[in-house]
Amino acid sequence: MTFDLETAPHPETLRRVAIDPISRVEGHGKVTLLLDEDDHVQQVRLHIVEFRGFEKFIQGRPYWEVPVMVQRLCGICPVSHHLAASKALDQIIGAHHLTPTADKLRRLMHYGQILQSHALHFFHLSSPDLLFGFSSDVAKRNIVGVAAAYPEVARQGVLLRKYGQEVIRHTAGKRVHGTGSVPGGVNKNLSLAERDELLKDIYQIIGWARGAVHLARQLFEQNLAEYNAFGRFRAHTLSLIRADGAMDLYHGGLRARDMDGKTIFDHLDYNHYWEQISEEVKPWSYMKFPFLRSLGPETGWYRVGPLARVTQCDFISTPLADRERQDFLAFDAGNPAGSTLGYHWARMIEMLHAAEGIKELLHDADLQGDDLVVAEKDRGERQERGIGMIEAPRGTLIHHYRVDENDQVVRANLIVSTTHNNQAMNEAVRQVARQYLDGRKLTEGLLNHIEVAVRCFDPCLSCATHALGKMPLQVELIDAEGKQIDQLVRGVCDAAATCC
Amino acid sequence: MSTQQKPKIRVATTSLAGCFGCHMSLLDIDERLFTLLEHVEFDRTPLTDIKHCGPCDVGLVEGGICNAENVHVLREFRKNCKVLVAVGACAVTGGLPAQRNHLSLADCLQEVYVTEISLHNGMIPNDPELPLPLDKVHPLHEVVKVDYFIPGCPPSADTLWKFLTDLLAGRTPKLGVELTRYD
Repeated sequence: MTFDLETAPHPETLRRVAIDPISRVEGHGKVTLLLDEDDHVQQVRLHIVEFRGFEKFIQGRPYWEVPVMVQRLCGICPVSHHLAASKALDQIIGAHHLTPTADKLRRLMHYGQILQSHALHFFHLSSPDLLFGFSSDVAKRNIVGVAAAYPEVARQGVLLRKYGQEVIRHTAGKRVHGTGSVPGGVNKNLSLAERDELLKDIYQIIGWARGAVHLARQLFEQNLAEYNAFGRFRAHTLSLIRADGAMDLYHGGLRARDMDGKTIFDHLDYNHYWEQISEEVKPWSYMKFPFLRSLGPETGWYRVGPLARVTQCDFISTPLADRERQDFLAFDAGNPAGSTLGYHWARMIEMLHAAEGIKELLHDADLQGDDLVVAEKDRGERQERGIGMIEAPRGTLIHHYRVDENDQVVRANLIVSTTHNNQAMNEAVRQVARQYLDGRKLTEGLLNHIEVAVRCFDPCLSCATHALGKMPLQVELIDAEGKQIDQLVRGVCDAAATCC
Repeated sequence: MSTQQKPKIRVATTSLAGCFGCHMSLLDIDERLFTLLEHVEFDRTPLTDIKHCGPCDVGLVEGGICNAENVHVLREFRKNCKVLVAVGACAVTGGLPAQRNHLSLADCLQEVYVTEISLHNGMIPNDPELPLPLDKVHPLHEVVKVDYFIPGCPPSADTLWKFLTDLLAGRTPKLGVELTRYD
């Protein structure tokens, strides 16, 4: 299936312009534009250009290594992979109900991760576009420029991120690639001294997080018409949801809504995700294109992440963030809630929720409990297959493993958040190309508009490059009549859901 | 880090076949970032919109080499940076991604892109816009000369801070046991 502006009919006659690499995002990606002689845009593609290979090389490893191995997919959101893998392995060892201490420590770690990742994205990566303008001076359009022009904004961004990283350090052992979560639970609790250290600053952090929501709102107000229209497209949404309809970033059932807000499915058990989600392969990207099976590839694609979560949850369980959610949905008749730049505002609401969630948990004495791992006697039967799903900072994350009787991983399948947003990101950049670039002489500032659209999704292209060998070396043996008689494909691959 | 008014040291950073965790560790210097900015200006980094590395004093490279594009970027860094630093396990040894090196390149692609049951269509991506992968993942020093190696997955923020402040002060960086780790 091909979308408008995805594939030009005669690419060989067109001029190629590449934004390579996309900067101020995590990971490796590029956008290519094909233009005709009148500078009309004929083709726009967001390519994911690197691969690494986790799903393959964890095969044969003992399962308990997996949470610390797979988090190395991504140094920005390692906790998401650490926890999604742990959740999948909980199932495999039959630990279906974690101890309160383990459940709450994992949630605390995850809130820390949401806080630091959202702060990094908003302040360090995206705020230069929003504060200075999309076409502003390229030399100043970065966090250094923000630190010079808006020192307090930069300082708060750095300290918000620091706080989230400290929550991770206290729960996982270190800030990047820690070891706190294990199959069946966690390996340490939070000591009173650690709790007190975090409590010391949490009210300041909540205050700053609230200020960040208001900054995101204010930027929207100041540029209302442009922000509402920028890269706008209609899309379905997908996220996990708590049983009572609350936003839950750590666990829940799947909820999907269509572009009019009507339910497609709700509270769906994610252990059968492949019955709902299918993936399309396109020749020009390492990243597959997921879609809802019931709707098909043409209309079944969707968006995930902050905008999907904030708009489709029934409420947020913490009061300040819920008030901001209501304000966001009501603002300008709900227009920002359907806009691409609305991602930033929604992301800051989630950051506030994470800060409030941390505060609540820090006051919970279960964090000092000693029951860290589900005891052998409390476990159910060992399973061959385990599936862990979590709402990572960028959206729904799926880890899926099969482990044999020797405790070795035999198959793995990972669908990362950014992959779910693949078609949505392509739609956004194509829309921006139509709105801003078509028929005009391209400048650096205009091209940055494309990157601004990509950045709204906070794509993690590190995560998106986990699969190995997606760029094949292919040799075809063709006979005299042009018929293929043999084909040799060299490559190494990730594993598939089929097996699992 | 006390002298002022000196011309700033120009630093470029990039992540090749890495996870950006080393860059996160660099940002984990937290508010010391603002002190660093008094002495340093950034060329190409994931934080700026400079797409190609220009002449620099220091280049910090995270991640190993897994495809042709990584080689081009690394050579550009080596050409432009007076001091080139391999930052973190992947840059120093290839790291976790190098675990694919023992795997033979096989026809598993067929399974992922053609025969997998959850797939809507079967097709193997082959667009020329996608850089060709290398057979193996390589550490940086197998491709270019590297001046310093900082191990760790990732090296801690304090390690990177010590390294950079030594370098900025004109000292030969010395990390010592407590700042060197091999996790």
